[in-house]
Amino acid sequence: MLVHSASARRALRAAFFLLFLPVFALPLLVIAAASFAGGWSGALPSHLTLTHYQDLARGSTVTALLTSVLTALAASAAALTAGTWAALAAQGLGRRARRLLDALFLLPVAVPSVVVGLSLLVAFSRPPFLLNGTPQIVIIAHTVLVTAFAYQSVTAALSRLDPAYEQSAAGLGARPAYVLWRVRMPLLLPSLTAAAGLCFALSMGELSATMMLYPPDWMPLPVQIFAATDRGALFTGAALAVALMATTLLVLAGVARIRTRAGYR
Amino acid sequence: MPERDPRTHPRRTAALWALPPVAALGLVFLYPLALVAVQSVTPENGGPASTAPYAAVLATASFRDALTTTVLLAAGATLGALLLGLALSLVIAFVPFPGGRALARFIDIFLAFPSFLITLALLFLYGTAGIANGLWTDVTGAAHGPLDFLHTPWGVLLAEVTYFTPFVMRPLLAAFSQVDTGQLEVAASLGARPWRIVRTVILPEALPSLAAGGALVLVLGLNEFGIVLFTGAKNVVTLPVLVYSKAILDGDYTGACVVAVVNIALSAALYALYRTVMSRTAAGIGASRTARPRTDPAHPDRATGGGSPTERPRKDTPTRTGAAHHARA
Repeated sequence: MLVHSASARRALRAAFFLLFLPVFALPLLVIAAASFAGGWSGALPSHLTLTHYQDLARGSTVTALLTSVLTALAASAAALTAGTWAALAAQGLGRRARRLLDALFLLPVAVPSVVVGLSLLVAFSRPPFLLNGTPQIVIIAHTVLVTAFAYQSVTAALSRLDPAYEQSAAGLGARPAYVLWRVRMPLLLPSLTAAAGLCFALSMGELSATMMLYPPDWMPLPVQIFAATDRGALFTGAALAVALMATTLLVLAGVARIRTRAGYR
Repeated sequence: MPERDPRTHPRRTAALWALPPVAALGLVFLYPLALVAVQSVTPENGGPASTAPYAAVLATASFRDALTTTVLLAAGATLGALLLGLALSLVIAFVPFPGGRALARFIDIFLAFPSFLITLALLFLYGTAGIANGLWTDVTGAAHGPLDFLHTPWGVLLAEVTYFTPFVMRPLLAAFSQVDTGQLEVAASLGARPWRIVRTVILPEALPSLAAGGALVLVLGLNEFGIVLFTGAKNVVTLPVLVYSKAILDGDYTGACVVAVVNIALSAALYALYRTVMSRTAAGIGASRTARPRTDPAHPDRATGGGSPTERPRKDTPTRTGAAHHARA
């Protein structure tokens, strides 16, 4: 407790909420409110309606949502595989080699997403790899962008792992592959699911690289939100954004459930 | 450490195991980046490599404006996020109130959403037909409200500060949870005013986390695209937006590659700085204090962060930051 006078504490808290509410709570609430609004010219939205959601159900939104979910699933799976593999391999390396691997796998964080998109466009529009205009190039871009986070969480989890388990397993004669599958992977499972949730959420909201790459028949939800707001259909955009946030939260909650169950094992 | 303990695999096998992921990364990330660099020195009509594309792009006013705008916006957003994040974290950590923990959790959720949603929300809050202007017209009866700044750099700045503040708050809250409350009590009982305690006891402890958060936000700010795109402001052009418009709207790939190389150089230099600060932080904290492992019981593995992956156990908490996000957006 830093401030001991009750009135000063109350004043500080009031100031806190004056800053916190408009900056953080209001934006999300406003998007939710706008998705039900028929118009918004006064202080509050008017003509409450479900039209925007009905439009979503009819239009291409379902396809876009499915596209986003499929892209995010594929990208998270690929990123998790590559990130976990690299993190496990890094453990056996010397100090120098490990630092190099760290730098390599964290580099995509420092490169602007737009540039990642541009580079894939430049590289895969020419032989030997012609992927421009395919869904795969979008999935590859998302994978590149989220692998760093998978690598980072698994590495952090590995460094917290108690080596006693694997050592005793190995001491009892277990082969390295057996130790990996039956001892280390189960111990890593909670971190892996956490990393999967993070990768999924990031991929669901990815816009910059996607804007550079998306083919017309593979248009993820964020691109559609942009298209809607760009042509002035702000309320439709808000409804789309609610769909995006709800899907992301739903998957995150599901992942959290798997995680607690994995924790009980 | 690990190179000391007896491994079942010899070192060479370990290096072989590291090859497949590195090869995959090379194919989808390093090879494309190398091609961008090559393309940036290749003139449009073919011919030998030359610096002519650079000279051409760097001479244009649009590039120089974009560079200035990008740097100013990133610096402004960093400053704003640091100030706001510091103030909010101080209250959450040291003037506790019911629901404070839930707020910290809420910030985590906030980080899971894409940045452009903030711009969308600001359109409803402060747009020409938003809440703020609506209130004004309702009260005063004026034809339209006074606020019309969303299409200016100020609108982008407000959105970036909003979006990036949680990235500062996460490491700060972790660092604050490590501050020994006994020290605060002693300082207070010796008559130190709260502001003095913040300055002399809390801030020195949190300075590394503050620096790390600031460096991360600076990199994120330089790379931000979604917020600027959604603002729809024609006169706010940052380097990523310039890359996009050159490549997609003008079809000038060489020019886009030149801008991309400049942008990468700028952010990679800053990111290297961030990593250095982070590893200093981890080393410094490990040496100076025996950090109590304060892992969040509900999320023991929430290692979203830019914490140095080489860090040893027990140093995890204070170095976690939300590097998470950079990536999206």
